[in-house]
Amino acid sequence: MNLLETTKLTKYFGDTHAVDAVDFRVGEGEVLALIGSNGAGKTSLVNLISGLFQPDSGQIRLRGADVTSLSVHERIKAGIARSFQIVNLFDQLTMLDNVALSIFARQDMTRYFWSLADRFDAVWQEALEILRQFGLERTRAIVAGGISQGERKLLDVAVAYALRPRLLFLDEPTSGVSTRDKAQIMNIVTSVVRSQGITAVIIEHDMDIVFKYSDRIVVMHDGKILADGTQEEIRRNDSVTRTLIGVADA
Amino acid sequence: MRIVNLAHGNLYALGAFVTASLVGKWLAGTRTLILYLLVPAGAFAAAAVGALLEPTLLRPFYRRAEEYQLLVTFGLLMILEDLMRLIWGPYPLSASTLFSELGSITLGDAIYPTYNLLVIATGAVAALFLWAFVYRTRFGLLLRATAQDMRRAAALGVNVNRVYVQAFTIGCFMAGLGGAIVVPSQSAVLGMGVDALVLAFIVVVIGGLGSLEGALIGALIVGVFREIGITVFPEIELAVLYLIAAIVLLVRPAGLFGRAT
Amino acid sequence: MNTVALPVTERFPIKMLAWAVLGAAVLASLPFVIAEYQTILLAYGLVMAIAALGFNLLLGYTGLLSFGHSAYFGVGAYAVAMMVKYLHVQSMELYLLATVVASFVVAILFGFVCVRYTKIFFSILTLALSQVLWSLAYKFYWVTGGSDGLRVPTPTLLGGVIGGNEDKIYFLSHAYYYYVLVLFLACVLVMWVIVHSPFGKALQAIRDNETRARFVGIRIRQYRLVAFVVSGVFTGIAGALWVPLNGLTTPDILYWPFSGEIVFMCVLGGFQNFSGPIVGAVVFNYLKTYAVGATTYWQGLLGLILVFLVLTLPTGIVGMLNQLVRKAKKRASA
Repeated sequence: MNLLETTKLTKYFGDTHAVDAVDFRVGEGEVLALIGSNGAGKTSLVNLISGLFQPDSGQIRLRGADVTSLSVHERIKAGIARSFQIVNLFDQLTMLDNVALSIFARQDMTRYFWSLADRFDAVWQEALEILRQFGLERTRAIVAGGISQGERKLLDVAVAYALRPRLLFLDEPTSGVSTRDKAQIMNIVTSVVRSQGITAVIIEHDMDIVFKYSDRIVVMHDGKILADGTQEEIRRNDSVTRTLIGVADA
Repeated sequence: MRIVNLAHGNLYALGAFVTASLVGKWLAGTRTLILYLLVPAGAFAAAAVGALLEPTLLRPFYRRAEEYQLLVTFGLLMILEDLMRLIWGPYPLSASTLFSELGSITLGDAIYPTYNLLVIATGAVAALFLWAFVYRTRFGLLLRATAQDMRRAAALGVNVNRVYVQAFTIGCFMAGLGGAIVVPSQSAVLGMGVDALVLAFIVVVIGGLGSLEGALIGALIVGVFREIGITVFPEIELAVLYLIAAIVLLVRPAGLFGRAT
Repeated sequence: MNTVALPVTERFPIKMLAWAVLGAAVLASLPFVIAEYQTILLAYGLVMAIAALGFNLLLGYTGLLSFGHSAYFGVGAYAVAMMVKYLHVQSMELYLLATVVASFVVAILFGFVCVRYTKIFFSILTLALSQVLWSLAYKFYWVTGGSDGLRVPTPTLLGGVIGGNEDKIYFLSHAYYYYVLVLFLACVLVMWVIVHSPFGKALQAIRDNETRARFVGIRIRQYRLVAFVVSGVFTGIAGALWVPLNGLTTPDILYWPFSGEIVFMCVLGGFQNFSGPIVGAVVFNYLKTYAVGATTYWQGLLGLILVFLVLTLPTGIVGMLNQLVRKAKKRASA
């Protein structure tokens, strides 16, 4: 069974169909790259699956269960997490706080207003461990608004990862970052994801990264899925190269 | 324009006080026709104040968190309130001769003050003017572009500062005009600024943020229901309005004509 | 103690506790040192500090700027007045109970509507709702005494053990002052814990980035509502404590400028740290007392100071002091 499946998922914004009757599927444990030109519908698809918007029609199934009408909060509980194209972090809180918040939220502890946050050693230990996994523990005491773009991108992923999701959506995790940092980010992200058996869907523009790190590639264009297959299949696909020419690298 | 100005109500009040003192006190004996022509004086006064305020108090905060704009304009609200108290004293000022001069006309069974027709006409003209200005002129286009993306407009060579000061001044003119035109039928009173602000807010909630036609429809609805409320339930006329606003918010959170901002 | 993190935000170190105890001791000794009038003035300051503390839970920690907090202060004050008028109660404890219930109810009702919105809408909505209460208090004069207000005699404390017969000034500057002081310290402690709890961190997350908070699984509206209600109840308690000092409650404390004063206090002291509102409230209290004595246009004067503060000193007194301390430390270690 696929981990995630959408059936004829559709979303209109005004007259444009951002997502047009899309049948998207992700298999358990895959690292899938979602590519396409700007406006192809990639982020909209992720927004629909993560719950930011409700679709106009269609279904989303997670491990067979219909999650289409679940709230964001419920979807996170079901195991879907995401990072953002434009980094979304808690800028006035430290990096450690950012990750710890995810952990508190995951364990429903954010309700606790009667005890000091500092007392929950287990949470802070786990947060530190996650920062270590992402290579971020050195700057853990700095507020998220004061770190480099590359670190922010990684932190965004770390915060999503701290939710221990089954399915992780990464929206352009390397955009706005230097080429050397891109490789570093992807190395960290994919090693963490694969070692934990997390299924990942990565929206990317950099074709080198796409070919190097993903198991399968899904190409979107004009709100529809244009092609879906392995590296070789995609490389050989004429319509793909036709629509994507000139778009590859950011 | 994405500016939040809590002192806007007091610009309306300023217009009312200026016109009232000019027409009702200083030149009270003059020929009535001249007095009518002088009514918009309040609007010009408010516009002048606006032109001073925008570059000094609002511009420093465009790039900062919205809370600061709210705080600064709230301080401004307090300053203007006491300034008006200082200049015009704590008692109401009226210009009622202009109201009674026009007499009343009979509409069917009802006797209706003719002055109110003048107010309606002015309101309609002002609304039309504003709409045409924002949506049909080049300046209006520049304004909308700048409001949407200040940096990009500046990069395209738009003198953002000038656009903003001009637009803000026009907004203040409108506020002052509202106060000025209404003063013959109800006196200028301290506290009318905040009342107006709250009403304006309800209008925007009902009509929808970012929509001129919404503001118009909202204002009509508020006006009508307020009159009904005052006649039927004088104690809770404000509450009736909130009820309507609450219903609208629950049914259509963006307001009747709201646009996503 | 958490040895892992080196948080930039405040912790609960022994040093701070020592300062707090010292501060409490100083405050406790004052009635023996300063004039009665000054003690009562300080009591007013402490009461407003409780209101400011409650208010800042929303502003500093949740990122919501309310211009309608006079509503809860007023509800607290009028709840006391109603207890006197209709139930002929004199016990301060019963007053506080009534206040907590009343402000809780009003805060939930108002909060439910307001937390659906943010920024401008939220602010003006809170302003508007407080104006509704004001107009009700004004117009239903047969219940609320209208613009004349309602008188409230000095209450009895601790279930009638203290008070009732003594000289009013002496009572206010001694027994009542200590009562207020104890409640003030309790409120500070409670707010400290709330703000440094996981819940407090979640509020700050919502303040910093609503989207991220949502996608970490925090239910924004619920949390904001809880913060709103806690904030309202704190301010309501302040209102209840205020009435015996003032002897009278009028619609003025429901009117919008009073909300502005609460905002002012937090901006003055600095809304980005815990102690800012406390410092701001106490300083403001003295500021206003002298301003009112100096000119009828004290409201405009305060408005001027507010604008000046926002333009030049956005982090407030405490923020500025912190900056100075940090600079001094840097110079010392360089």
